[in-house]
Amino acid sequence: MIERISNSQLYHLILANVRELIREPGVLFWGIIFPILMSLGLGVAFTKKKDVITNIAVIGQNHLVQNPGDSATLLHSFFVATRARAGRDHQGNLTRTLLVPDDKLGSTTFIFHAMVWKEAMVMLKRGNLNIVLDEKNGMVQYHLDPMNPDAQLSYLKLSGMLNRSAPVVPEANAEIKPLTVSGTRYIDFLVPGLIAMGVMMSCMWGVSYAIIERRSKKLLRRMVATPMKRSNFLIALITVRVLMNFVEAGLLFLFAWLAFNITIQGNVAALFTLFIAGNFAFAGLAIFISAHTAKTEVGNGLINALSMPMMVLSGVFFSYHNFPEWSIPVIQKFPLTMMADGIRSIMIEGAGFAETALPIAILGTTGLVFFVAGMKIFRWH
Amino acid sequence: MSNQPIVEVRNVHKSFKAVQAVRGIDLRIEPGEYVAILGPNGAGKTTLVEMIEGIQQPDTGEIFIEGKTWKGNEKYLRHLIGLSLQETHFIDKLSVWETLRLFASFFEIGKERCEEVLGLIELDEKRKAWMVNLSGGQRQRLALGIALLNKPKLLLLDEPTTGLDPNARREIWGILLKLKEQSNTSLILTTHYMEEAEQLCDSIVIIDHGKILKQGTITGLLGEIQDLPVKPVETRKITLDDLFISLTGRHLND
Repeated sequence: MIERISNSQLYHLILANVRELIREPGVLFWGIIFPILMSLGLGVAFTKKKDVITNIAVIGQNHLVQNPGDSATLLHSFFVATRARAGRDHQGNLTRTLLVPDDKLGSTTFIFHAMVWKEAMVMLKRGNLNIVLDEKNGMVQYHLDPMNPDAQLSYLKLSGMLNRSAPVVPEANAEIKPLTVSGTRYIDFLVPGLIAMGVMMSCMWGVSYAIIERRSKKLLRRMVATPMKRSNFLIALITVRVLMNFVEAGLLFLFAWLAFNITIQGNVAALFTLFIAGNFAFAGLAIFISAHTAKTEVGNGLINALSMPMMVLSGVFFSYHNFPEWSIPVIQKFPLTMMADGIRSIMIEGAGFAETALPIAILGTTGLVFFVAGMKIFRWH
Repeated sequence: MSNQPIVEVRNVHKSFKAVQAVRGIDLRIEPGEYVAILGPNGAGKTTLVEMIEGIQQPDTGEIFIEGKTWKGNEKYLRHLIGLSLQETHFIDKLSVWETLRLFASFFEIGKERCEEVLGLIELDEKRKAWMVNLSGGQRQRLALGIALLNKPKLLLLDEPTTGLDPNARREIWGILLKLKEQSNTSLILTTHYMEEAEQLCDSIVIIDHGKILKQGTITGLLGEIQDLPVKPVETRKITLDDLFISLTGRHLND
């Protein structure tokens, strides 16, 4: 029995793929370490609110420091009232610095730089600041890009302070209660997306690229000149990739559990099934896009054309609900969106088979359809 | 049964869109016979070999391997054939031994035959070396060893020594000559090297523009050169190269 297995072609094909995978240091880094680093970096960045420094340009020095004979300005009165510290920046411009402490939202330090328009425009273009203050006819003017969320936030904070001539503090009858319970943090949103993205990238590069490269190097032609079963070649390639995906996802989850106390709140069996269905969907797509070409450059393009839009649109890093309303029903039909949303619903919302049956079925069908279509046009040489 | 050829090609035609790659070729190769197919690039020799190998279907005509066509007999015929291409990149990070075992598993062949082949191709010392660390000559020897794993009745070698240095080329020739002594394997060899054809093969087939221009034994073909319209002007030993130029007006590597 053991000898029969050790001479079996499927066993040797799987073994060859495993050996190839584990002997490639890049696989270890990009498949396992990189997603962990990404979750660590993004998780820390978005979980712990850092203190913020906001630079603001003020047109005209007289708003910051008044000489005898200068007429009083609203901005100068504000700096005096808030006791904003006077100083100079590294370019020698006059500055006023105002610290607004906040232990819950994070403290904000506003640094007001006195400068001329031209200089302010240069700083805006470089992204060093996002708002310019000016004062005309007794009115403070805010120059900002209304489409820039950071500029909007700066405007809201500044206008609140200027109206009161005091730093904005929470209302006396209101209290901020930061949400830290599991499932509501950014890291809880991010990890399921990273798991789904890992499966997609792994199948696209691990299956598609491997097939195209072997075709381009004539290894496929050499193999099919033997009695090798063609199905065994593909089964081995996909099996090893799925096993690798389990290891990658498992390690990422283990890290997220240890570092951020992430847990699976829903049905583990449903998560397992969804994971398999997602792997099947992406493996099917991978077979389909690699079915014909023997050029690795074309393969690169095809893989990127398929994976990049999904990576950007499918809500891996940020919710796809930020995209225009009309696009959301389309985005929700992408395999990556279905997989990421499904994993999130199980891990965060406590979903089970009832809630994930539809995405599981659609992902499974997607895999089957593309696998069959891919095999119809598959070129072995 | 005893006089059944290992390969019989009957009036085969093959076109790719507007290009007629093979135009009415007939060929018969006997068991144990070594045949060289010579021709410049685009002559149709690769298409002919691919049809014999079963990965291309002729548009018209028939090909028999040991009396059987590919249709309905693929599994059986795959066991009869060994193949080595001009350049096959095996999996870079598999060792020589692992690569042999992988291909042996396709034929359900055990370790013993892999050991034999490793000895035959003289790569025993390199059994643990990864493919990526082998020289071009060593890689081609391994490719030949893989083609011999199943003790094929028909060996197809597509330019097996192209790009190799003279020493590496002679090592390949040595293996093939030893095989000729020890087995009844037939060989179809496509090559650009006249010397290779002369050293290894019993008969030569010269093709160009998808047709056979000449075929026969080396001695017979060289004897015919005096009857050809274009004759070598130098007073030296006449070679197959001269014959080829006389027939086609071009060098083999053109």
